[in-house]
Amino acid sequence: MSGVQTKTPLTHGIDIESLEREQTGSRVDDGTIAAEVDGLNLFYGAKQALRDISLRVPEKKVTAFIGPSGCGKSTLLRCFNRMNDLIDGCRIEGQIRLHGKNIFDRDVDVAILRRRVGMVFQKPNPFPKSIYENVAYGLRLAGQSKKRELDEIVEWALKGAALWDEVKDRLEDSALGLSGGQQQRLVIARAIAIQPDVILLDEPCSALDPISTLKVEELINELKNRYTIVIVTHNMQQAARVSDFTAFMYMGDLVEFGNTDQLFTKPKQKQTEDYITGRYG
Amino acid sequence: MNTPGYKSHISSQFNAELEDVRQRVLAMGGLVEQQIVDATHALMDRDAERAAEVAKNDYKVNGLEVFIDDECARILARRQPTASDLRLVYAVIKTITDLERIGDEAEKIARMAMDLAQHDRFSEGMLEVQHLSRHVTQMVHDALDAFARMDAEAAFAAAREDQAIDREYEALMRQCITFMMEDPRTIRRVMDIIWSVRALERIGDHAKNIAEYVIYYVKGKDVRHVSLEAMEKEVKGG
Repeated sequence: MSGVQTKTPLTHGIDIESLEREQTGSRVDDGTIAAEVDGLNLFYGAKQALRDISLRVPEKKVTAFIGPSGCGKSTLLRCFNRMNDLIDGCRIEGQIRLHGKNIFDRDVDVAILRRRVGMVFQKPNPFPKSIYENVAYGLRLAGQSKKRELDEIVEWALKGAALWDEVKDRLEDSALGLSGGQQQRLVIARAIAIQPDVILLDEPCSALDPISTLKVEELINELKNRYTIVIVTHNMQQAARVSDFTAFMYMGDLVEFGNTDQLFTKPKQKQTEDYITGRYG
Repeated sequence: MNTPGYKSHISSQFNAELEDVRQRVLAMGGLVEQQIVDATHALMDRDAERAAEVAKNDYKVNGLEVFIDDECARILARRQPTASDLRLVYAVIKTITDLERIGDEAEKIARMAMDLAQHDRFSEGMLEVQHLSRHVTQMVHDALDAFARMDAEAAFAAAREDQAIDREYEALMRQCITFMMEDPRTIRRVMDIIWSVRALERIGDHAKNIAEYVIYYVKGKDVRHVSLEAMEKEVKGG
């Protein structure tokens, strides 16, 4: 009967069949892959810190690495812009391909790589300069010197980091006078000013109070429309709130990687279940 | 108008998730209301075809229940809601269970209608059944309206109607018994009507439950299994 098939206004046009499709959620392989980790082993001297890690980081999504201290999540994150190069005795096998290109290849310019893969650390680390100069710094390094253009990009980046309204009247003040939460958003503005492809966040909220934390999380949610985001957090609830995909690591192994909804409601591995439910022995 | 509490989080995503789940409950409520209306019409008009459609459509109600439950589990896992947010998710989970059962009762009425349609016209008591059905549908509508506006006083007004419905139900039962005593040949048909009336009365109980969940969300007080007077005190006081 035609009357039955018609979507009545009462049901707000909800099509029951479509719910089935929505329910499955997105899978890692559904969209474009921004970065691909392939058979990655990392050694600090004789000690192996990462063991045969392979995973795909989807583009314009938030991917979280969780796990207990020392599980290798920060080490893995730092591989993405070769921050581990700075550590003596660090040896890496395997590949990380950024849009198909292995970042460990000899012909990769690390400075350019780090421009494409920005990073924000646990403790906000603004330069002891003005708010404006903090954001403009990377642009000047990249050869941008026209004041008008710098002004525009600084404003754009501060707006993007949800900080503009709070600092627009005091751009020349020292960045060190900002609160912790504001400093962290300033550092994020500095990272996005040079328009990277990927933003790495290493425990970005662990030094912030709950409200600043929620503001940064809200910012992450907005940033993912433009950037691929990888976040390391020891706060599982934060991973649950902000990420689309979650990787659980333990003792240098990748135990489970998948859709965040699925991982937090029905993990595949017992180890994951034990960790996220607080049963870790 | 002020922003409702569940929409004022720093996380816009959380706001969107709660609003989405609320909208889906209202959609499910609308669908269920339509099912009761259609089932009663089928019963009155001896319209087997319409009754069959109601029975068939129950899968939509069930589908929404499963979907919303899943959404709620996801919100609990990802957001760890507290205070009024927790009460909202909790109230939603309980509400959709009752909505699904209302859907089942509407399906029962539809099945009785299919059975009755095969017999000769039987008009005794039908007007009263229709009246009860209207009353019950209005109560479901009022309970859902209270849910939509998260209005505890409106919820109380809806819950209070259950008494009137129970009285109407008992009067109809006595009437049906009289029919059967007067003419035992009608027993088969009257039984179908009794089952339908019983289903309507149960729908009233489920609507009352929904109203109670609204009061729980707004006031933070569990008003199940208390007298109407005690419920009124919770709603009006503080």
